[in-house]
Amino acid sequence: MKRYLIPIGIFVVFFGFLAAGLQLNPREVPSPLINKSAPAFTLPVLGKDNVTFSPEEMRGKVWVLNVWASWCAACRDEHPHLVQFAKTQTTPLLGLDYKDKPEDALRWLKEFGDPYVLSISDLKGQVGIDYGVYGVPETFVIDKAGLIRLKHIGPVTPSVIEEKILPLIQKLNS
Amino acid sequence: MLALPPNSTLRFNLALIWLSAICLALLLLAYASPSHAQSAKPVAEDPVLEKKVITLSNELRCLVCQNQTIADSNAELAVDLRNQVRKQLSEGKSDREILDYMVERYGEFVLYRPPFNYKTVLLWAGPFLLLLIAMFILIQQIRTRHKHLASEEFNPTDLSRAKALLGSKSEGQS
Repeated sequence: MKRYLIPIGIFVVFFGFLAAGLQLNPREVPSPLINKSAPAFTLPVLGKDNVTFSPEEMRGKVWVLNVWASWCAACRDEHPHLVQFAKTQTTPLLGLDYKDKPEDALRWLKEFGDPYVLSISDLKGQVGIDYGVYGVPETFVIDKAGLIRLKHIGPVTPSVIEEKILPLIQKLNS
Repeated sequence: MLALPPNSTLRFNLALIWLSAICLALLLLAYASPSHAQSAKPVAEDPVLEKKVITLSNELRCLVCQNQTIADSNAELAVDLRNQVRKQLSEGKSDREILDYMVERYGEFVLYRPPFNYKTVLLWAGPFLLLLIAMFILIQQIRTRHKHLASEEFNPTDLSRAKALLGSKSEGQS
């Protein structure tokens, strides 16, 4: 009996590792930017000529930055949830319009509704690179001190908002 | 095959040789053709710089298509990052500085060759560790078997039966 215990034990351990490995999502690469300052930039605001925005303006506020684009299909899926989220007015929601044509972006917002306080126009994608964006849509939660506290890769779902984003905002605000 | 007359075996062998020759020719052709050359669009202004860009790009993972380097991938992000590498190299930045720039934004996962540190120690040393364990078990097994054989005592009745079977010849030899 004893001689079977060791192989069975090894098998169980390996099985555990493989089972845990299968649960992981290789698309979700942990961001090195968590708990680091949100990279600074100054970019034009979408749809407003001669108005620029930089993250310093949000100092002292907890805010959400959502990276989106009119060419991004998954952004369409998450959009209604963002509109819903904006209605609750929990916290300012800003958009980063990533590598998009401003006219397309504006038409898109007109069609599907605009949940953002404002959208920043990142035509060349440089800010996207600075924020380590690789799979639009992505969502960042930035705290009062300007530190990135959460990065969500892929479309947000109601459960992500309820279980991850809202509790974090509440914690950061208290 | 075995049922066939020897003549057809010869013919089969000849066909095999022909087939391998054709395969080899095709392979060589594929290597010689420009389609095998770097899929990145070369900006031919400065071939030396371009070569450095490709070399460094081969060290960086494309996070959109995770099993490709940014030199291999034609994802939009890979193109952007190649341009970033090109720009920074032409600004005189060192390879190390550019790799650090990428790691700061995308994390260590962006390095196609995982670095050796406390997080990756199991990845690098694991196979050797398993080999050591296997060798230890093997040596242990061989040793116990040897001991077992050496210490094995024969049943006196078995021994006398064996002697009787072998007859006087073996008795005389011993």
